[in-house]
Amino acid sequence: MSDNSSLRTPSQRIAWTATIVIATLVFIFLIAPILAIMPLSFSSGSYLTYPLPGLSLRWYDDFINSPRWMTSLKNSMIIGVASTLLSMVLGTLAALGLAQWKSRLKPLVLAFVLSPVVVPGVITAVGLYFFFAPIGLTGSYLGLILAHTALATPFVVITVGATLQSFDTNLARAAASLGASPLDAFRRVILPLILPGLASGALFAFATSFDEVVIVLFMAGPEQRTLPREMFSGIRENISPTITAAAVILTTVSVILLATMEGLRRRNERLKGSSA
Amino acid sequence: MTAAFLTGADAQIEVPLKRRLRRAERARQLKALALVLPLLLFLLFTFAGPIAGMLWRSVDDREVRQVLPQTVVALADWDGKDLPDEKAYAALASDILAARASGTMAIAAKRLNYALNGFRTILTSTARNLKAAPEPGTAKETLGKINPAWRERTTWTTIKDASGPVTGFYLLAALDLTRNADGAIVAAAPDQAIYRNVFTRTFIISLSVTVLCLILGFPVAYLLATLPPGRSNLLMIFVLLPFWTSLLVRTCAWIVLLQSRGVVNDSLHWLGIIDEPLRLIYNRFGVCVAMTHVLLPFMILPLYSSMKAISPAYMRAAASLGAPPLAAFLRIYLPQTLPGIGAGSLLVFILALGYYITPALVGGAADQMISYFIALYTTETANWGLASALGAVLLLLTLLLALVYGKLVQGQQVTGGMKN
Repeated sequence: MSDNSSLRTPSQRIAWTATIVIATLVFIFLIAPILAIMPLSFSSGSYLTYPLPGLSLRWYDDFINSPRWMTSLKNSMIIGVASTLLSMVLGTLAALGLAQWKSRLKPLVLAFVLSPVVVPGVITAVGLYFFFAPIGLTGSYLGLILAHTALATPFVVITVGATLQSFDTNLARAAASLGASPLDAFRRVILPLILPGLASGALFAFATSFDEVVIVLFMAGPEQRTLPREMFSGIRENISPTITAAAVILTTVSVILLATMEGLRRRNERLKGSSA
Repeated sequence: MTAAFLTGADAQIEVPLKRRLRRAERARQLKALALVLPLLLFLLFTFAGPIAGMLWRSVDDREVRQVLPQTVVALADWDGKDLPDEKAYAALASDILAARASGTMAIAAKRLNYALNGFRTILTSTARNLKAAPEPGTAKETLGKINPAWRERTTWTTIKDASGPVTGFYLLAALDLTRNADGAIVAAAPDQAIYRNVFTRTFIISLSVTVLCLILGFPVAYLLATLPPGRSNLLMIFVLLPFWTSLLVRTCAWIVLLQSRGVVNDSLHWLGIIDEPLRLIYNRFGVCVAMTHVLLPFMILPLYSSMKAISPAYMRAAASLGAPPLAAFLRIYLPQTLPGIGAGSLLVFILALGYYITPALVGGAADQMISYFIALYTTETANWGLASALGAVLLLLTLLLALVYGKLVQGQQVTGGMKN
């Protein structure tokens, strides 16, 4: 349908044009809101409207000099990195195990492992709130890291699992037959091959934790407020241009994550293409 | 030695090799399980355990038996038809005196007040006016004189109902039901029967968002699936960028755009289209727009992959057999996208059901979904039983739909495998 020769009749051409017009409008709907708030963060005025009275970096200055925002950024980083590391270890081990495990129980176990993605955030948050409060894990970094790890690990299991599915197990056998110990074979043969999968898993895990706010709302004390949590109360109280600066910073992080992900995907496709 | 080895091997070659292979396989399976085990244990502690705890709380009912233990025992063999006997009144008087001394009365008062509005006042007034344990045989008279509510059967059936250790009270309340004085399940009083309404609202919002996502997502997925890979990869960024952008950023963006002095209203005013700002946010419209924006990628991606799998040869075949384009689209193309439509719609609907942040920030009081009430009862009013019961209903709905989704996606994989 992409080449014009297949669009023979006028009605087909109209339908195709309509598809392009509607899709373009939807693309605008998807992107415009995100783009619209960006320039506002560079405004020299304190109203969130156009036209901008002038350009300035005062709201970024405000962000950097506010202990509240900077602490929240630091907290997001600490919790994000720690839960990424933990979910990488747990998720990669589980994906390796699941790839070899043959049992009728496997679909059930897989469903259980993936269920944190499906269960509504509020339910997980309420459950954790009741469960962690008596053992002193609410209002602590550890509690939040554990909770975010539970939410992030399914993404690691999925991405690493998908990589393992396309992995040729004969390579591991070849390594073993050439005298490599299982650990050596993993480190020098399996790991380099599944590394892109691991990296996308890590990106997913970090993004999950970095964006999570419901559990933080229930469990974080004033010390552990993360960037999304600070934005939540900021939006509730009064939207100041500082929030748009925070939004731009968060979006920049997302763009970096997305670009890395795309780069990994393209590299993977190229490798597949050259081997075929 | 070689000979011995050979004969030995000869004699047992059939069975031991099989057995050895089986043993090796079993060891491999155990090792595989051992790799999964850490995650299973971890999720047991950080996910399954907490949720099981929440489910337990939705039926847990031990407050009253903890504060009024003698009364609960005395009421155990009361048939509930007439007022209980003197023994129960004496037990209650003694329990109230003990609870007043230990300061635990509020725990029972709170629980009983959920079941019968005003029970807190009955208990506190009784505790205040009961000077000492009544003379033997006068407990019934004394308590009745302090508060006439003790001469009513409902007061006592309320205590008996709340004696625990487990109760269906919260789960019934989550469905706008209650037990009357005779123990039959009846509709709850109109001022407490709000949750069916909330569930209906949650369903309507989720359904509207799903339909909007489908209408907006279908042309986009179609375009992406039909364009040559180079261009569709480029356009895919328009779908993936919002997907990766923080939920808070996107919600914040919609508030900035839609509020009364926001970008949209200002532009319309500047263009002279409106005089008064339109009310675009903190209402149902705002909730639907923002949620559709957040969930649209979850519709586009499954639709895209199901459309990508449809060979253009089918449409060409239909055209060469003389089918008009519209008929070919409706009868050949559309049916093949149905699994994708089903998967995308279910996914969006499931995710929308449990939404909390977006409605909380861009919705009005009449647009709050079930999650809002679960959060409210957990952190604000500390009615943990009701919060857990509402959570249990939401969890059940979500898991049922997820089960359907799982079957659908699995079926797709099977048919997809057969086609290739």
